[in-house]
Amino acid sequence: MIPVFETLSGQFDQVVWEQSHGQDVARVPADDWYAFAEAAKGHGFEVCADVTAVDWMRQRPDRFEVVANLLSMSLGARLRMSTSVGRDEPTVASLTPLWPGAGFAEREVFDMFGINFEEHPDLTRILMPDDWVGHPLRKDFGVGSVPVQFKASHQVD
Amino acid sequence: MATTPPGNLLMTTVERAANWSRTRSMWPATFGLACCAIEMMAAGAAHYDLARFGMEVFRASPRQADLMIVAGRVSQKMAPVLRQVYDQMPDPKWVISMGACASSGGMFNNYALVQGVDQIVPVDIYVPGCPPGPQSLMHGILTLHDKIMAGEIKR
Amino acid sequence: MSDETNDPQTEVVDLWVAGSEEPQFQPTDEGAQEISAGETPDRLDAQFGRVIDDDYLFDDDVAEDERVIVNMGPQHPSTHGVLRLEIEIEGEVIRRTKPIVGYLHTGMEKTAEQLTFGQGPTNVTRMDYLAPFHGELAYSLAVEKLLDIEVPPRAAAIRVLMTELNRVTSHLVALATNGMDIGALSMMIYGFRERESILAFFEKTTGLRMNHNYIRPGGVVADLPPGWKDDVGGILKDFPRRLDQYDDLLKENPIWLSRTRDVGVISSEEAIAFSITGPALRAAGVDWDLRKAFPYSGIENYEFEVPLGENGDVYDRYRVRIDEMWESLKIVEQVMDAMPKGDYRVADRKITPPPRARIDESMEALIHHFKLFTEGFKVPPGETYVAVESPRGELGCYLVSDGEATPYRMHTRAPSFFNLQALPMAMADSLMADTVATIASMDPVMGDVDR
Repeated sequence: MIPVFETLSGQFDQVVWEQSHGQDVARVPADDWYAFAEAAKGHGFEVCADVTAVDWMRQRPDRFEVVANLLSMSLGARLRMSTSVGRDEPTVASLTPLWPGAGFAEREVFDMFGINFEEHPDLTRILMPDDWVGHPLRKDFGVGSVPVQFKASHQVD
Repeated sequence: MATTPPGNLLMTTVERAANWSRTRSMWPATFGLACCAIEMMAAGAAHYDLARFGMEVFRASPRQADLMIVAGRVSQKMAPVLRQVYDQMPDPKWVISMGACASSGGMFNNYALVQGVDQIVPVDIYVPGCPPGPQSLMHGILTLHDKIMAGEIKR
Repeated sequence: MSDETNDPQTEVVDLWVAGSEEPQFQPTDEGAQEISAGETPDRLDAQFGRVIDDDYLFDDDVAEDERVIVNMGPQHPSTHGVLRLEIEIEGEVIRRTKPIVGYLHTGMEKTAEQLTFGQGPTNVTRMDYLAPFHGELAYSLAVEKLLDIEVPPRAAAIRVLMTELNRVTSHLVALATNGMDIGALSMMIYGFRERESILAFFEKTTGLRMNHNYIRPGGVVADLPPGWKDDVGGILKDFPRRLDQYDDLLKENPIWLSRTRDVGVISSEEAIAFSITGPALRAAGVDWDLRKAFPYSGIENYEFEVPLGENGDVYDRYRVRIDEMWESLKIVEQVMDAMPKGDYRVADRKITPPPRARIDESMEALIHHFKLFTEGFKVPPGETYVAVESPRGELGCYLVSDGEATPYRMHTRAPSFFNLQALPMAMADSLMADTVATIASMDPVMGDVDR
């Protein structure tokens, strides 16, 4: 653990630190999500590389896991922070006040999973049409595949 | 050359002349969507030249175009736009569905794509490939020319 | 624009004679007739044509309700694919922009959950279709991290060779479309002409000109063809002359300079706040390249520099791309000279299929082949995030596996998705004509944005 992680783990004692294939992961309780991110930014993580989510369905008590990838150019380090939110009205604090670059990524998570982000400036659908019903990347949303039919056509050579 | 349908000799000649002029300067509308668009641009570039068929001007406005080459995957959000652009093109117009995604949904048989652009617009030529190389696209275009000259597509 | 002088005379001269040293037209008294009482200097100015009342000049008195919303795209020749912009303009000046994406959404992340790990590269390669090797590389590195295997050095070197050549082709398309959008139509022809020689090499090695599905978990799918050194050597010999041709066309061209200098400026603080990576970030002056910071696939063995810009305008992004092409060709030359011998893929038969000839001889090889191509190999549970430096920035793959043969969740961190967020800010208070230049210089690939 590089020194900045020691500092952060000292500040937030409810956060569980793990090593996943050589990368540092912080499991943050949902209530500390914004505070932890703010502290991380203060300690040198200037860039939020990505915000995404995983739908664990019944494998975990809290259905959704929101994952944010932070990057520090000055320290040359990455930090992955993740939190769990339940299946009814999943809500988590938005990171856009800290990093405007997370705006589109959080909109995509809302569109694909239905997770709400508090304090997001524009939480609307971004990839699907505006009147689409359902959240496609949830595990209970089917792939939507169409059985293949071979249309009759005559040969052109 | 193509066989002429039986009928009035004078009208047949005019029809052939009209078909000939339609094929020799068929202007495509820019409808490049995804990877196939890059191959379409490569077909229009110097190595595989579309200008020798009179087609290097890709018209930005559909009102000035005859041919719509749907190059790439058509998503649910894009489908109404595609139909609107097709409707804005004046007759006679033709559609080439370029690539696997435009012809049938390609490898993406899922909620997000229209499974074949012929669900939305009538297609004259399907060019398979993922992406089809510029030679395949040109073969498709020349096949379209032959079909028009032969009078198979009556507009 | 309240600090601009409202003197139409200097405004006109600035816009029309962009930086030229020619002396302005000065009226003299030679042969002049006596000025009559009614001819004041103002009237004379009007008669000489020095007063121009065009409404595109910056003017603070335009009322708020005179803003017009103009829709650009999704079908548009200059938006680089299906990007839609709603632009609120006041006269000719852009006040607000809203990019609307999603017109190319293909559900690739959902499809990835249906495909096995061996089929995954076919999906990921079509996301950023101008840099397919980079997408495949990010995915393969993520799978290899979960599998905890290392590819042999020859495979790593082939990967570097292919991705650096891919960087050259991608920058060529970026420059070609950039040039065409701004008006240098020859750039389009030059860019695509150069690509053909590299694409011919790609076709010889991988079988396809684009979307190759060549870099797979475990290594690469096939070895380099015999005679590849001549092909690559030919490419390296031709390119310097061609890149000099681009410099002749554009580098000191006054029209190009006036259309790209101080246009679409993104400062380094703004770039970092918006998570912009790649040439746009380096053009703003930030020295950050994943090839140097978190090296992958043996790229630390090759010497190259990271070109930086100063102002973060369109011109700097163009210069950074040209310089990156020179650096990539340097890397390709080093890889060519030092290509290690050995296996081009991991020898573990549980992951990579056996050679086709062995299938006729050995039952075990047949069973391995069958299992790998029907069911696929299983990856131990875990999650990882691996990023590579694609021509557009940080292309990352976040992969979650739960022990099955298909990924549980595959998410791609798309560089163009984040780069587009800076567009509203880069285009604010600039002219409508600069929109096209700014978008082209950010080089968005909509397959990457929408996935």
